[in-house]
Amino acid sequence: MSFLEYTLKTTPTGLRKFLYFNWPLVVLVTTVAAFGFMVLYSVAGGSMRPWVEPQLQRFILGMVAMFIVALVPIWFWRNVSGLAYAVALLLLLYVEFFGSTGGGAQRWIDLGFIRLQPSEMAKITLVMLLAAYYDWLPPRRQSHPLYVLVPVVLILVPVYLTLRQPDLGTAILMMLGGGAIMFLAGVHWAYFASVIGLGVGTVSAVFASRGTEWQLIRDYQFRRIDIFLDPSAEPLGDGYHITQAQIALGAGGLTGRGYMQGTQSQLNYVPESHTDFIFTTLAEEFGFVGGASLLLLYMLIIAFCVATALQTRDRYASLVSLGVAVTFFFYFAVNMAMVMGLAPVVGVPLPLVSYGGSAMLVLLTAFGLVQSAHIHRPR
Amino acid sequence: MKRSQKETEEEATQVTRRGLILGGLMGTTAGVLALRMRYLQVERASDFRMLAEDNRISDRLIPPDRGLIFDRHGTLLAGNEQNYRITMIREDVDDVDAVLHRLSQIVLLDPARLARVRDEIMNTPAFVPVTIADRLSWEELSAVAVNAPALPGITPEFGLSRVYPLGPDFVHVVGYVRDVPDSYAERSGDPDPVLRIPDFQVGLLNVEEGLEQALRGRAGIKRVEVNARGRVMRELDRTEPTPGSDLQLTIDAGLQNYTEARLNGESAGAVVMDCRSGEILALASAPSFDPNIFVRPLSAATYNGLLNDPYRPLANKATQGLYPPGSTYKMIVALAALEQGLVTPDETVYCGGYTELGNRRFHCWRRGGHGRLSLEQALEQSCDVYFYDLAQRVGIEAMSAMARRLGCGVQHDLPLSSVAAGLAPTMAWKRANRGADWLIGDTLNASIGQGFVLASPLQLAVMTARIASGRALVPQVVKTVDGIDHITDAAPPLDIAREHLDIVRSGMNRVINAARGTAHGIRVESEEYRMAGKSGTSQVRNITAAERAAGVTSNEDLPWERRDHALFVAFGPVASPRYACSVVVEHGSGGSSVAGPIARDLLLRAQVGDVPPLTLYPSSQRQRIDEMHENMNLLPLARPAPSSGGSSQA
Repeated sequence: MSFLEYTLKTTPTGLRKFLYFNWPLVVLVTTVAAFGFMVLYSVAGGSMRPWVEPQLQRFILGMVAMFIVALVPIWFWRNVSGLAYAVALLLLLYVEFFGSTGGGAQRWIDLGFIRLQPSEMAKITLVMLLAAYYDWLPPRRQSHPLYVLVPVVLILVPVYLTLRQPDLGTAILMMLGGGAIMFLAGVHWAYFASVIGLGVGTVSAVFASRGTEWQLIRDYQFRRIDIFLDPSAEPLGDGYHITQAQIALGAGGLTGRGYMQGTQSQLNYVPESHTDFIFTTLAEEFGFVGGASLLLLYMLIIAFCVATALQTRDRYASLVSLGVAVTFFFYFAVNMAMVMGLAPVVGVPLPLVSYGGSAMLVLLTAFGLVQSAHIHRPR
Repeated sequence: MKRSQKETEEEATQVTRRGLILGGLMGTTAGVLALRMRYLQVERASDFRMLAEDNRISDRLIPPDRGLIFDRHGTLLAGNEQNYRITMIREDVDDVDAVLHRLSQIVLLDPARLARVRDEIMNTPAFVPVTIADRLSWEELSAVAVNAPALPGITPEFGLSRVYPLGPDFVHVVGYVRDVPDSYAERSGDPDPVLRIPDFQVGLLNVEEGLEQALRGRAGIKRVEVNARGRVMRELDRTEPTPGSDLQLTIDAGLQNYTEARLNGESAGAVVMDCRSGEILALASAPSFDPNIFVRPLSAATYNGLLNDPYRPLANKATQGLYPPGSTYKMIVALAALEQGLVTPDETVYCGGYTELGNRRFHCWRRGGHGRLSLEQALEQSCDVYFYDLAQRVGIEAMSAMARRLGCGVQHDLPLSSVAAGLAPTMAWKRANRGADWLIGDTLNASIGQGFVLASPLQLAVMTARIASGRALVPQVVKTVDGIDHITDAAPPLDIAREHLDIVRSGMNRVINAARGTAHGIRVESEEYRMAGKSGTSQVRNITAAERAAGVTSNEDLPWERRDHALFVAFGPVASPRYACSVVVEHGSGGSSVAGPIARDLLLRAQVGDVPPLTLYPSSQRQRIDEMHENMNLLPLARPAPSSGGSSQA
């Protein structure tokens, strides 16, 4: 079904659109963000500065963006998907040459009020473009090698540019997100099986390349993998992050050590406790109860996105909603697995909670797409 | 692209089916995450809680205040003074160099030290204070405080550091503290964690070392919360340190000061003891050195200067210096002979200037001989031939046994760093150590305190005090620890017949108070303070037959280090002995002429309780004594209150 077949009668217009919002999703997103503000306030030692205030501003900005995106019909977004992707690519190329350096990697465009991370943008525009692509592509052709190659290239171009920054975490999320859309669209199983096989082969090759002239990844990335495999090997060096994060998490216990009482976080044993490792602070201060609650909230957000996707009979809307849900899922799953010692430290923020403007803005805009799909679904 | 209705339906079911598969995968992953969370936070929570506490809590030691050391009358000998210093915390400073420059205009800072301090500041964590200058005056500290706005990051601080207010006079008793040496913990087997506190100091000499455990006290502990960088965030708990015990020594500060002043210019050791209790009132070794220089970082030049000084200021000659006791040993020979019944007071021996043994001649110090002498006369005139004769009858074993009973050749237990055992030789000793049999000539040499015999001034003082008191006095330097008496038992009587001791004391009395006594020159004009003693002049070289034939070279013509040692032991008052003393002047040439006057002055000073009045001296000597006292550099010590209503105006 294409947008031309929507009957305007079944689609709300004007202010009536607010009635058709997916309000539970708005409430859930706001709750998670509020959780984030609380933790940021605690990490700052009980202060609105330096993190809560800017984060709050970006959240409001993001909510406004979400509402604007939501009120615009989903078919409009489908039509500008290619343009959005192109803009994101250009910005990625821009940081490649002129970007600000942070943490040893070129990732930002400094706009003054916000440091824009084009790789975050690329993640969501990639989802949009792939959804539009599969909306356009007849199902009988989608497993044709040529039509499989096109989305693979569309994925790998931004992934390559992101890897060059280097930002391994975002690149992985992009690949997983893009691959998920292809899977959802119905590309043949065999492709995924062979990619997984290829992936295993590549990992083996990467390890085999270690110490040789053709070493495939950076030394620091190798070190991260080593430390992931055995954090205790270097408890005062690079393994320190993981070790201290797990101590913080474990020390939280069932009910936590109390708000602003987490010694590991308050005394700075946990590094990056306002960004990538913020979950440890949350888990230390609010315990298993707090951590599991956040996980539940995240899963509810996913559930509402999936529900929207299943309700709409529009292929683009459905794929975008699922793509947003999967991207969002990969965010928190990789982050949590990372701080809990189940995955290497790759630098992925905890969505809606970690301090950081780009991810917040991009995610809220993405939820705007889901809302738009929800409001403008054919009835 | 156009597509059929069927295709559209297929697409929708495809998305739905795969969406549900993906949803299931996501749910499963979330479940794994939840399980991992549960494992870390519920099952292993207590392990991690403990690790977190280990991170957070750090126990820091608080150094205890070291115990104070006083003399017997309460004069402070070792105290703790406020040490003013200034420190810099780098993270509070924008421009370290500018601040250091400004600081150097306020406080005098050595440029070399400043450069070192600058390196240290740059190489320590930004929040750790680094000491820039130590031991500032109050004025300098105030100047820094006044200029505080121009000196960001600079903090004035206070701490305690050891100080010896009376300087060099007491170092050979009190000792000093220094920074803990690297090997200290292993060497002393002392596991006290307080030793690891930066800048902590331990006693490394004499009483400071010997009573280190009592003086040190116990460290307090403050439990602090530290952040990941080690900075203290707050104090959680605090156990106050237990200060070290205060010590009261038996030393009389005034007498000790007088003794050091009296020995000034010589290389000498002297000990003054109380004949009733064994308490040591003065224990001096000259030259001395200022213990305060050891508390601070000591320059190699200063240390080498002390080390290479031919008068050996670092050595404690009173306890560590071993000398042939010379004629001061004759009392031992006499007592051994009397005890064995080998001699009676009336028995006389003829001295013709030498004794012939085989084909070897043993000379008397008086070449012409003394004629016929009784025991008391032999002591009075220090006749060597008499004692050669006696020694042959007594034998070395009985002689040395008597020496040990009187405190020679045994190591006295004092909390001082070097207390030498000396040597009262026996036949077995010579065989073991020299690989030769004992010769009768060795006995003869021993009888006049030469040959193998060695004794320290401390041992000679103990010997004299035991002869004077008739009791087996044990030397003491610590009177009380934290106000509790350290000296427990009164000394038991010496197992020596009273009449024998009387004979020897009488002989010693005659040394000074009989007209022909070797030390008649040091007699005291007042009956009240009259003393008895014995001189000794011990050779540090052998006089060859050729030399003797050419006429004995006088000491004045010899280089200093080959001159005879001058010794004197004395006690007083004669009527009821109260104080005993010994004096050894290294290479001082004459016992009676050099060591004797010192012994007299020390005993008088001890008895009078102040610089002795001139009336006590023979009128011919008064002017010289007066000049000597004028030139003595005595400390302005508060005079102790007289023990019983005596005149305090004298």
